Amino acid sequence: LAELADSPELPDFSLLKRLARDQLIYLLEQLPGKKDLFIEADLMSPLDRIANVSTLKQHEVDKLYKVEYKPIISTSDQVCFLIRPRIQTVKWIYVANADKAAGKFRRYKIIFTPQKFYACEAVLEEQGLFGDVTTDEWAFYLLPLDDDIISLELPEFFRDNFLAGDQRWVRTVGSALHLLHSIYGPFSKIYGIGRCAKMAYESWKEQVEEGDTKARQAEIGNAFLIDRDVDYITPLCSQVVYEGLVDDIFRIKCGCVEFGHDVTSSDKSVKVMLNSQDKVFSEIRNEHFSNVFSFLSQKARNLQTAYDKRRGMDIKQMKTFVSEELKGLKQEHRLLSLHIGACESIMKKKTKQDFQELLKTEHSLLEGFEIRECISFIEEHINRQVSMIESLRLLCLLSITENGLLPKDFRALKAQYLQSYGVDHLLTFANLRQLGLLVEQQPGETLTVMESKVGKLVNDKTAGKLTDAFSSLAKKSHFRALSRKLNLVPKSDEEYDLRVPRDMAYIFSGAYIPLSCKLIEQVLERDSWTGLEEVTKLLNGHEFAFTGSNGADLRAKSDAQRIILVMFLGGCTFSEISALRFLGRERGYKFIVVTTAITNSSRLIEALLGNKV
Amino acid sequence: MAFITANWNPLGEAFYRKTDLYEMSWNLQDGLRDSLVAAAPYGGPIAFLREPHRCSPSSRPLLEIYSSSGVQITSFPWKSGPVVQLGWTVSDELLCVQKDGTVLIYDLFGSFKRHFSLGQEVVQTQVLEAKVFHSPYGTGVAIVTGSYRFTLATNIDDLKLRRLPEVPGLHGKPSSWVVLTQDRQTKVLLSNGPELYILDNTSCTAVCPPGVSPLSGSIVHMSVSFSYKYLALFTDTGHLWLGPSHLQDELIKVDTKKMTTPKQMVWCRRPQSQQPSVVLLWDRLLLVAGVCRDTVQFPIEEPCVLVGELDGVRIISSTNQELLQEVPLVCQEIFKIASMAPGALLLEAHREYEKCSQKADEYLREIKEQSMLGESVRQCVEAAAHEYDTNTQKSLLRAASFGKCFLTDYSPDQFVSTCRELRVLNAVREAGVGLPLTHTQFKQMTLQVLIDRLVYRRLYPLAIEICRYLKIPDYQGVSRVLKHWASCKVQQKDLSDEAIARAVCVKVGDSPGVSYSHIAAKAYECGRPELAIKLLDFEARSGEQVPLLLKMKRSQLALSKAVESGDTDLVYTVVSYLKSEMNRGDFFMTLRNQPVALSLYRQFCKLQEQETLKDLYNQDDDHQELANYYVTASYREKQRLESRLSLLQSAVDEYNKAKNEFAAKATEDEMRLLRFQRKLDDEKGAGLLGLSLQATMEALLALGLHKQAEQLYRDFRVPDKRYWWLKLKSLAEKEEWEELEKFSKSKKSPIGYLAFVEVCIKCNNKYEAKKYVSKVTPEQKVKAHLAVSDLEGAADAAIERRNESEMVVVLSRCPASDRLLIERLNRARATAAKK
Repeated sequence: LAELADSPELPDFSLLKRLARDQLIYLLEQLPGKKDLFIEADLMSPLDRIANVSTLKQHEVDKLYKVEYKPIISTSDQVCFLIRPRIQTVKWIYVANADKAAGKFRRYKIIFTPQKFYACEAVLEEQGLFGDVTTDEWAFYLLPLDDDIISLELPEFFRDNFLAGDQRWVRTVGSALHLLHSIYGPFSKIYGIGRCAKMAYESWKEQVEEGDTKARQAEIGNAFLIDRDVDYITPLCSQVVYEGLVDDIFRIKCGCVEFGHDVTSSDKSVKVMLNSQDKVFSEIRNEHFSNVFSFLSQKARNLQTAYDKRRGMDIKQMKTFVSEELKGLKQEHRLLSLHIGACESIMKKKTKQDFQELLKTEHSLLEGFEIRECISFIEEHINRQVSMIESLRLLCLLSITENGLLPKDFRALKAQYLQSYGVDHLLTFANLRQLGLLVEQQPGETLTVMESKVGKLVNDKTAGKLTDAFSSLAKKSHFRALSRKLNLVPKSDEEYDLRVPRDMAYIFSGAYIPLSCKLIEQVLERDSWTGLEEVTKLLNGHEFAFTGSNGADLRAKSDAQRIILVMFLGGCTFSEISALRFLGRERGYKFIVVTTAITNSSRLIEALLGNKV
Repeated sequence: MAFITANWNPLGEAFYRKTDLYEMSWNLQDGLRDSLVAAAPYGGPIAFLREPHRCSPSSRPLLEIYSSSGVQITSFPWKSGPVVQLGWTVSDELLCVQKDGTVLIYDLFGSFKRHFSLGQEVVQTQVLEAKVFHSPYGTGVAIVTGSYRFTLATNIDDLKLRRLPEVPGLHGKPSSWVVLTQDRQTKVLLSNGPELYILDNTSCTAVCPPGVSPLSGSIVHMSVSFSYKYLALFTDTGHLWLGPSHLQDELIKVDTKKMTTPKQMVWCRRPQSQQPSVVLLWDRLLLVAGVCRDTVQFPIEEPCVLVGELDGVRIISSTNQELLQEVPLVCQEIFKIASMAPGALLLEAHREYEKCSQKADEYLREIKEQSMLGESVRQCVEAAAHEYDTNTQKSLLRAASFGKCFLTDYSPDQFVSTCRELRVLNAVREAGVGLPLTHTQFKQMTLQVLIDRLVYRRLYPLAIEICRYLKIPDYQGVSRVLKHWASCKVQQKDLSDEAIARAVCVKVGDSPGVSYSHIAAKAYECGRPELAIKLLDFEARSGEQVPLLLKMKRSQLALSKAVESGDTDLVYTVVSYLKSEMNRGDFFMTLRNQPVALSLYRQFCKLQEQETLKDLYNQDDDHQELANYYVTASYREKQRLESRLSLLQSAVDEYNKAKNEFAAKATEDEMRLLRFQRKLDDEKGAGLLGLSLQATMEALLALGLHKQAEQLYRDFRVPDKRYWWLKLKSLAEKEEWEELEKFSKSKKSPIGYLAFVEVCIKCNNKYEAKKYVSKVTPEQKVKAHLAVSDLEGAADAAIERRNESEMVVVLSRCPASDRLLIERLNRARATAAKK
């Protein structure tokens, strides 16, 4: 913790919440009088972080409902919808609305967040509702989940952008970046890699040029934008750092987790906010799971000693103890018992043989050893129907690390999978293939010729002309080469002490340094992409580096210059955040992670399932 | 200098002066006789329509437009109907109100812009009289019709006609009327003989302001002041009544002793006027009547027109133009004979100083003694602003500058800004420009508007010079001028598209705030689409190009620009436009060349138009996607097996075309499975339809339909391992232990026997589990023993295999009480370690 003192102060992101809340209140007051508010299901948690129910009530929101595909039951004559700009939801609003037929008159307002899309308005128009509703935008782009995590809460970004090739969210990301830039900027340098990152950068740039800029004291130094498709390996690995593990098992939603009765050891489940406010959690979140339990028991002993202090106290001391310390201790006690419960539950699930073997297989895949054994492990995994998502994850991991599967394996494994989970996963396979996550090995030569052609096209400005099929070919993985160049897999013969991490590999038990974080480290170290040409070539290019408009880098070593904003387009995992926090501690940086959503292997794979239309 | 007061005429406390503005440079043959004249305030342009009532086609009346200094801007023969009234809008457009109620709007250069009508009934009844007026809402028009009804529109740019209620007892033309703007309402005040009425939207009220007794004759003329604050009434007995326009008070009544109706009556006052007064014009006489009952009279030689200004009255005759105004107080103080005001003393001091006389010091001392030096400088600066003569301006400013030297903490802002503003004012007052603005008017109209006015007159270089001189931000200044310039430039018919595009590009460059798309839109409006496209190429923001390109029907180009912009909303706008404009084939072809647009449209179709999606894939011969589409579709047909099968068959065909044998095979299998499931469902009511192969087998085994399960296992070539696992689990769950034992012996287990042990344990049958321990391969023996909690056996196996790590595992499971075993293991470990 000694290094922590040296690291710079983070900017205050609660301002973002205040801005969003004020704007929402303004919008609600545009519809004076009592009104019922219909909220899109996945906006409920983010909304709760911005304005709780009592705030909404203060602004004459009467009842709250979830937007669903069913008739509106509200009795209010003013109805307000707060939704994401999705065609599907807009259609629901229409279908749900029988008022027109019933000749009932109400006032409707649809608030799209973070922005409107023309397509949604077109749907309204097509349905003949355009005149009956007023629409508005709530520019709620960024939700600070923690001191150093900001989320756009747009999980669909990943599928829309990388699978469907729908670039509608790119501008949203640009606007979010613009918002950060205008409050906390100007940035002195911007790096990025990936096609989408480049487009987001351009969109942001355009918005900067349109608005007028005032000279401000920068609170953020550099920014780094990275596309999720640059590194699929990292999110596909099992997470073993506490926060990631909790996310994998209990699913953290909007910075909050619901612990079931197996954790609380009562019949009630408890919702817990997981952030730096939680003193116990903030100390274990970045730890490898194997250390967490011993840490917690140490903590429990400390707590006991603190409690025990009262034994020898006189009345006066007791009074101060009760008024000052006891509450804190009680709070800590409660949190501690929750985390211990969570740990036990995780242990129960994860310390079994299966999990150890799963990890062993993952590590072998990353190292490239004993691939045959890995394949039969995966085959058995599928055969025994352990988990639909997990099997796919392993298949993808195998394909990426091995640069595609041998035709025989490819077919056999897919056939097995279809037998296990149904033929509709043909569509899932099509999706995975399109992203280059699960592909067949091409006979050597033909591919390289093809590839160099495609490579040229990709770098060309007319990249848009690529058909989907071509771009999937271009997405050939070069994991082995990358791993060698960047030294991602440490030598396995040395013992890795997880208590005293050497490098970022500790987040995967010392077996693998996350590619995304390694890239960031390398670029920051070099202050440019020079020297990484071979790496970026393997990653399909699209890297960029621009110096910001201000000449701020003269005072390069000021505190703000050591604050680095990292933006993941398509989601990032808690493990990556932990890795960056580690890197920050090592190098005296502070990282702010901005992401379109928090992801993990299950969310990533689920987004690509083809059987949910 | 001594002559400055020569043209001052005292009126009560105040003085009035006439300043020469211009020798008119026009050459009017008939003077101002027989013409309709409209001159705009703020030194605006002058329009003439000669003999407006002449309407024979052989000799059309001539409409002429002049600048204030008499420079002709344009002239053209009037070809439309007879005109009742001319007037200027706030943006220097000419309104021509015709007898039939049509209002035609021309710009300063005589090109027709648009027209509107004042209502259908006016066509019959005709317009008797019309007035153009200005209000905070813009320029308005009011008319009285042949049926003696009033109609008015308060803003011609946002036309809302209001027909005012009838006036009781009005059976002829009202003897006089004016438009008033009060309390955000526009009203008409009219007189019918001696009676006065106020007409507003809903009612007609008779009013009788104090002091206007019905006996003093009928009201034949009225005038409202520039600010709508004051009203003047003139009766046929020669009485002039002055009062505030709310008619609650009376200021004064003056007997002019003139029985004839004046040709014009205009208020002449300035903000903070000492002496509000009215100027009346007869054929041979100009009379200024003030609140002090005094009058000033000027003889007149030729016909004139009066133009009311914010701070005076302009008198335009056929030869010259004068400004009649009350002398501003500060000028009065400085220039009044024998004035001892600080400003006057400073001016004198400076004069002496220039003569190198020591008197300068005396004057200065005198000012300083009263500690009025600051005040004196302020007075001189202020007075300079009000003076029209540049020499007077200079001497006042020099005096101010001189006085400033003796002040230590005097802020120079006022001095500097006045100097700059005067320089600008002098420039626009030049006869060539002809905007005789006073400083007060300039302040009121603001610099922005002045630049607009210059732009309307196409005085672009001057406008740009002024912007630069006054250092106005480009966005509000130079860029705005350039935008207008370019919009005007594209209309030049005699230049080629190339030349214009180049000229525009060179001048405009990338000035901030100039939108090329705006200029291009202008070019397109003038029927030059090619030029518009050339200009659009300069537009940096592709988003701006798209709407115009669509309007010009360059949809392909619009689409690629939209895609370039990265704004998906824009892309979608173009796509939906194309969809409605093009036939389907062309539409798809267009999309095919724009993958971004295509994927966007696909997304939309997925949610809105499934059928279109199919057509899209068909068009592209994208068999793979087409097959996927059929598979998806088959899942929407869950209920009807036949259509589901036929959709899957289509998928198989498409997969085959796409050379995706694997998928084709898988789909065929699925069809076979579905048929099989259907058969069993019909026969046994098993409820299998739609399950995966695995789930089907599971269900069959659970139902005890081993034979059928076996059949699937063979038909679908289920791997042995999978089948064994499945059967093992199923039998164990159903606790059919004998069956399980038989199964284990049916052949050598492909999944080994540890699985048997573990599954039995899971089903809590240790007894059965133990049966299989012996069959487990040596490598897994320890695990098997441990699974059935047989520590001894595990220890034996581990020791036999001399495997240290296995021994450790067993040790860790040993309870501390079992000393014997622990010792044995430790011993074995030690020996194993030795080796």
